[in-house]
Amino acid sequence: MEYFLQQLINGLSLGAIYGLIAIGYTMVYGIIGMINFAHGEIYMIGAFVAMITYLAVGALGITWVPLALLLMLAASMMFTSVYGWTVERIAYRPLRSSPRLAPLISAIGMSIFLQNYVQLVQGARSKPLQPILPGNLTLLDGAVSVSYVRLATIVITLLLMYGFTMLISRTALGRAQRACEQDKTMAGLLGVNVDRVISLTFVLGAALAAVAGMMVMLIYGVIDFYIGFLAGVKAFTAAVLGGIGSLPGAMLGGVVIGLIEAFWAGYIGSEWKDVATFTILVLVLIFRPTGLLGRPEIEKV
Amino acid sequence: MTTISASTPAARPVDWPAILREAALTAFVALLLTVPLVGLRSVDQPTGLGLDTRFDQVAAVTLLVFLGRLGLGLIREGRALVVLVLSLLAAAAGFFIELPSEELRVLLIAGGAVLAIRAALTLVTNRSTLSQAERDKRMDRVAAKVQHASRWLAPIGILFAVAFPMMPFADRQLIDIGILLLTYIMLGWGLNIVVGLAGLLDLGYVAFYAVGAYSYALLAHYFGFSFWLCLPLAGLLAAFSGVLLGFPVLRLRGDYFAIVTLGFGEIIRIVLINWYDFTGGPNGISGIPRPTFFGIADFSRNGADGLPSFAEMFGLEFSTVHRIIFLYYLILVLALLVSLFTLRVRKLAIGRAWEALREDDIACASLGINRTNMKLAAFAIAAMFGGFAGSFFATRQGFISPESFTFIESAIILAIVVLGGMGSQLGVVVATFLVIGLPEFFRELEQYRMVAFGLGMVLIMLWRPRGLLAHRDPTILLHGRAKGTQTGSTQAAGGTAP
Amino acid sequence: MTTADMTNHMTSNNTAGAPLLTVEHLTMRFGGLVAVNDVSFEARGREITAVIGPNGAGKTTLFNCITGFYSPTVGRMTLRHPDGKSFLLEQMPGFRISQKAGVARTFQNIRLFGGMSALENLMVAQHNKLMRASGFGVAGLFGLPSYSRVEKESVELAKYWLDRVRLTELADWQASNLPYGAQRRLEIARAMCTEPVLLCLDEPAAGLNPRESADLAEILTYIRDKHETGVLLIEHDMSVVMKISDHVVVLDYGRKISDGDPDFVKNDPAVIRAYLGEEEDEELPPEVAADLGAELHDGKGA
Repeated sequence: MEYFLQQLINGLSLGAIYGLIAIGYTMVYGIIGMINFAHGEIYMIGAFVAMITYLAVGALGITWVPLALLLMLAASMMFTSVYGWTVERIAYRPLRSSPRLAPLISAIGMSIFLQNYVQLVQGARSKPLQPILPGNLTLLDGAVSVSYVRLATIVITLLLMYGFTMLISRTALGRAQRACEQDKTMAGLLGVNVDRVISLTFVLGAALAAVAGMMVMLIYGVIDFYIGFLAGVKAFTAAVLGGIGSLPGAMLGGVVIGLIEAFWAGYIGSEWKDVATFTILVLVLIFRPTGLLGRPEIEKV
Repeated sequence: MTTISASTPAARPVDWPAILREAALTAFVALLLTVPLVGLRSVDQPTGLGLDTRFDQVAAVTLLVFLGRLGLGLIREGRALVVLVLSLLAAAAGFFIELPSEELRVLLIAGGAVLAIRAALTLVTNRSTLSQAERDKRMDRVAAKVQHASRWLAPIGILFAVAFPMMPFADRQLIDIGILLLTYIMLGWGLNIVVGLAGLLDLGYVAFYAVGAYSYALLAHYFGFSFWLCLPLAGLLAAFSGVLLGFPVLRLRGDYFAIVTLGFGEIIRIVLINWYDFTGGPNGISGIPRPTFFGIADFSRNGADGLPSFAEMFGLEFSTVHRIIFLYYLILVLALLVSLFTLRVRKLAIGRAWEALREDDIACASLGINRTNMKLAAFAIAAMFGGFAGSFFATRQGFISPESFTFIESAIILAIVVLGGMGSQLGVVVATFLVIGLPEFFRELEQYRMVAFGLGMVLIMLWRPRGLLAHRDPTILLHGRAKGTQTGSTQAAGGTAP
Repeated sequence: MTTADMTNHMTSNNTAGAPLLTVEHLTMRFGGLVAVNDVSFEARGREITAVIGPNGAGKTTLFNCITGFYSPTVGRMTLRHPDGKSFLLEQMPGFRISQKAGVARTFQNIRLFGGMSALENLMVAQHNKLMRASGFGVAGLFGLPSYSRVEKESVELAKYWLDRVRLTELADWQASNLPYGAQRRLEIARAMCTEPVLLCLDEPAAGLNPRESADLAEILTYIRDKHETGVLLIEHDMSVVMKISDHVVVLDYGRKISDGDPDFVKNDPAVIRAYLGEEEDEELPPEVAADLGAELHDGKGA
């Protein structure tokens, strides 16, 4: 039972991370119908910026942990957003009216570029860090211990999700975003600045991915330039599982994937956990291509 | 980018404020991008991670980006000549002047060169006065010309490929590169069947390459089968796995299909890593037998397994190059086999059905075409060729491990197909030389190779989204060549009604 | 009501063709929406049967059921070939309906293989014949003579239809570069190259000018008279429908409201009501009319 609870917490925090990345995929897919292959790398960059901010904060002598965390959050969200924006501007926008394959190849190229760029400037070795938020919350007389970091991950994700849902459902920006998702041409004719909305979609997605990157760095304490690929594929799986284009779906999918991975690793063995994820991806796409919360679509003839 | 109608470029005064503002904005973005990752570097220190500052590089990069954007702006305003001279000077400066870091030097030279090329192109073709669509049409015409030229270009190319190992300059290293290129050409042609003809975006092609390689390695390891027996077996096994994987996923829509194939590719790789007892896990399999000379002779000095030595048999002086040359011809034949198959199949019902599927899936169903079977056939055949290439890879290397079959390989093969121009066989060859060949000659710049590779992919897509040599010739003509070429020109002219 | 119409049609019709397609109690639901509601009718061989009705009447859905793109919720569709074979279309997977039962169709928004030439489009249509002849690719790969003979025949058939739709000159053009009217004709030729017993056309005259419409009418009557092919068409262009149809079925809100020869349908009060609506609906509400007037005025002023 304790072990189960432990895995549950692990799964939820992992799922929160996947969910945050998955939102970026699902929003971009919803609005321009392409798989943003470089999104995993954006998340990786978020983790790196957070790490560098942490080191910089340490060098500046700031030792109060909440302030340090806040600075890390702000810096990684801001700088990573710029990366998200730039990627869209350079690699995707000029290709918006091109054949379907062109932006995908461009995205793969961007992904390869970003990965190797980070390797070039930051070195290929993995980056170990001292734990920033050490300590555990013990429950059930010490039978279950939850690290503060994991708790923080879950709480911050919930807060972000709430704010984000408000943003999409209540503000003018959110309305414009949803309008573009339905019909870009029409939204443009009605005076919505479609280019700006798409840019903002990338910025928001990148900011959320940056949070995920920072969380991963805090939880595992080690990152390298290669973490983006696998996390990206898994987050995409989460987006598809939840129903691509659906924001709550992305979060739900992330949590499901996180839980499956945690329990698989906990009860069966960690070597095969990636196979489990991919198998789910394949099964979902085959039997329920619209995902858990997606709307069915009828083949238009 | 603000679009400025460039009617008479040189006659208009340069709009300095606009260009400067644009350049400043771009430079600001570059500053934001580079401050955290370039300006602050994590370095290993005895006490853990430490930080190293290199703000000089950030400043330099920002300045370079500013100048580069300024240059592009000036080209657009019709001042290409000035930009050409200045960018050439900058590149030269990068060559001869000591700079604080090597990265900066590469950036300066590469940036200067790209800008210079852009300026020169503008000067030569007067491109700044052309719209994107017009430029694309021009390139279409070039692609069509090249495609038609392939009638005589192809035989010359094949002749050269055949004669290549006999040339005086062809040393061991060059032949090795030749083998590498031909392997990718073969893989590209194989994937072209699925992606270029049938229009199915397969991101896991490397899975079949792996199946082929491991089929041979394992069959040889456990049963002692020879290469010549394993080659067809590997192809069959790969085709079979193609059917197995393809059957459930082929009804998926484009992007979903892509991501599932990616998933399958990764599953196969993870299985290879984790099934330690059978596949040797991450250590891979070594000591894979080298091919014999069609089972009659062996390429070792004194012969092996009861076979005489190749050199002795043909009265040659022993040399290790013989085996490499043999491997070269082997992969050449295999690659040409794929090419020949593609050429033939395009004119058959099955090939036409593939292309029709790419054009319109639903219309195919209305014409009574069994979509699943057709896609499955494409998938299986391409997988088979991938399997051939895989078992060739295994026998050439003598050692395989899951590391050779990562997603990046799939991405490279796909990039070759798409960059070359979907469906164009010549395009695959050109793209292979660009993607695989060019970096081979810049081995010393190893660490920039993949950065340049990724950026190159993006740039080529931006420049020509349909691929370098995207052009399709009809497989059958009613009115013969003369009118057929006319089709090409009408196509380029936008197909206005007669 | 439906059965009454059925008998009505049986007695009022006097053409010679045998029943080719019999649709009985066809219903198609999408969730809560009933797109086609208990529709029964018959299409005969060597006849042009038109399905008409206002927008959203369920015509295209009916078509998609017949041609296998949707499987109907309820109902039976029987296709009887002149040689006596019969097929239950609702039980066949999509592509078999064209392959085995011989039903070909065109699409409302033309679906040609845009990147391929006109001639290639017609060759693709003969896929199944060529596949058999090529031994599923094998004989074809090695260029056996049995295959090249069949291929020659296929080209001949394609040429015949190109000639019929007057596209021979443009045979080597890329389909997407053909003018609009030519694309419509090519799609019909492509459907005919599958050698169907029933040709289904989804608004073939949409977007055509009067001359092209006349051409189309000529092609369709030719197909009916010379090829003994039944034609089923959805059409909005009443001039085409009334001129060439032998039999008209009218749908409204998913139901069949009338069925008979063109003259009968033209004068059926139910049809007139469906098309023109009730009297009071015709008038714009006064405030809307005022707005419109003001806008027009502004437009002129500016």
